[in-house]
Amino acid sequence: MENNNTPCEGCRPGESTGRRRFLSQLSIGLSVLGGLVVSIPVLGAFLQPLLKKSMPSWRALGSVSDYEVGKTLLVRFEDGEVLSWARSISHSAAWLRRLDENSFEAFAINCAHLGCPVRWEESSSLFLCPCHGGVYYKNGEVAAGPPLRGLSRYSVRVRKGKVEILTRGIPITTLTS
Amino acid sequence: MKKKARKILNWLEDRTGLYALFRPAMNHLVPPGAKWFYVFGSATMFCLILQVVTGVGLSMLYQPSADTAYESLMYIQEQAVLGRWLRGIHYFGASGMILLMGIHMIRVYLMAVYKFPREMQWITGVVLLLLTVVMGFTGQLLRWDDTGVWSAVVAAEQLGRIPLIGKTISYFLLGGDTVGGHTLSRFYSYHVFVVPAMLLSFTAFHVYLVFRNGISEPPKRGRLVDSNTYRPWYKKMLQKKGVPFFPYAAWRDAVFGTAVVLVICMLAYFVGAPELSGKPDPSSISANPRPDWYLVWVFALFALMPPRIEDYFIAFGPLVLVGLLLALPFLSSRGERHPLRRPWAIIGVVVTVAVVVSLTLEGMRSPWSPRFDVKPLESRVIDSREASVVSGARLFYDKGCLYCHKIEKYGGERGPDLSQVGRRLKKDELVIRVVNGGHNMPAFGGSLSKKELAEIVDFLQSRK
Ligand code: FES
Repeated sequence: MENNNTPCEGCRPGESTGRRRFLSQLSIGLSVLGGLVVSIPVLGAFLQPLLKKSMPSWRALGSVSDYEVGKTLLVRFEDGEVLSWARSISHSAAWLRRLDENSFEAFAINCAHLGCPVRWEESSSLFLCPCHGGVYYKNGEVAAGPPLRGLSRYSVRVRKGKVEILTRGIPITTLTS
Repeated sequence: MKKKARKILNWLEDRTGLYALFRPAMNHLVPPGAKWFYVFGSATMFCLILQVVTGVGLSMLYQPSADTAYESLMYIQEQAVLGRWLRGIHYFGASGMILLMGIHMIRVYLMAVYKFPREMQWITGVVLLLLTVVMGFTGQLLRWDDTGVWSAVVAAEQLGRIPLIGKTISYFLLGGDTVGGHTLSRFYSYHVFVVPAMLLSFTAFHVYLVFRNGISEPPKRGRLVDSNTYRPWYKKMLQKKGVPFFPYAAWRDAVFGTAVVLVICMLAYFVGAPELSGKPDPSSISANPRPDWYLVWVFALFALMPPRIEDYFIAFGPLVLVGLLLALPFLSSRGERHPLRRPWAIIGVVVTVAVVVSLTLEGMRSPWSPRFDVKPLESRVIDSREASVVSGARLFYDKGCLYCHKIEKYGGERGPDLSQVGRRLKKDELVIRVVNGGHNMPAFGGSLSKKELAEIVDFLQSRK
């Protein structure tokens, strides 16, 4: 290690390495500090989807009598978070099936393989996926094709004769699910 | 007049030194024999410039907002002055950039340019490749039509397979847990600011490295790269035989680059960018998301791969691939450069290209997708008067069998062709198949009445 007080190469006469080092570190340190401070709000914007979670909420789907027992229908409802400049896009859909007098089940329209929208085929009681040919039975179980898991579900409840569905994120199939 | 102009130029040069700054780059010596093989890199860069310029043009007409982006695209396409052409150039420019980059990469690999001392050129090139694919993908999304929106969902699902943090990353990509107001704004920011900034910086770095380490000389059999002697040898060779880059090598870049730009402009004018696929709607079920042509092979891969290993493939495949590409110059940085002395390199390229091309063709056909648009079978095809056969044929359509099975020229290709199934299978075998399904077929036992089943089987038996 150099002695702090030995004169250094390239320094002005009489200057020591210590001063030179101090000034370099000061310049670098201040630049880093400035950069860091400015980055905080930018990172905030960047990471917003992770920091600000949307709250699930119950959306009305009409009265129970609108749905026939045993039938599967497409229902469309507003997402949990709706921004004023994105009203028309902020919708999700689900396949709603009335099981009996008071119980319903709802499946995500997203294929459990890679998320493409599945279509309901009433005549054969199957959900078909256009992307890679995934097929599901009416209860959401896999019937054929690449999906390894059944269709995801939404929570549905009946309140005072009305059907309600709980919004949720697009179901993401992970390695462990 | 001429004198005056000269004077002004001299003054400008004296105060700015711009010519002095660029002269070394223009006049630097390049190896002789750097012929037409060498034009693909510069052509890729011309495409990039084309993308920047047309991108600026499009940004003057585009509305990056979830509710209005699609309408502004319709406006560009149908009403804006020359908007259709502008968008076309941006689309074909992207296609050209990816295609030429691919060719450039293959050329560089075959000639082993990545060896000493040009390792960093290869590495920055790999980064540029990734950034370009990201540009292509985010760009497809900005169309904000049905396919664009659903492609975002499919991409999110793929990221979901990343171990542990998959779900977080997916929602991060979408800007929330659904496709909503944040999704498009974020993709716009990535496509217009973040990625281009990186792309341009890395391009500058990449080009700087080419000047610093010199354009690679065409390989010669038996001339080995040795890190101890290569640099002095290269310098000597240049001094003896090198030619100034401008104009002796640059003219080829100019000729080829201009041809590329003109072809792109013509394709854009006469063919045009892909049609928009309808208003974006995350709650629509008629969407049939498909990537642009350069990612169709990935799409096909996901359809054809055995599902059990697929999840792991999606999670680790890209990592392994990128890792290998980045490691390449370190795995072999010395020795023979000539492709004929590196037969495995040639085999590797041929196999990779063959696989990608055939996957792409397969993906365009996508025989694994049910054909939702099939028409009921005509009586000519049914070719029978028997009541049960006729109604069986009708059921074969109604129940969706035809989506996946072919009868003569009609129907999908997901399942086996059943035009002559009556020859292969007996009655009870047919019944078992239909009721229980199997292989890749759902069981229809639950959704067919006894009568319907009998009729369908009658129809199938008549197929001989
Ligand atoms: S996304 Fe449905 S089968 Fe692949």
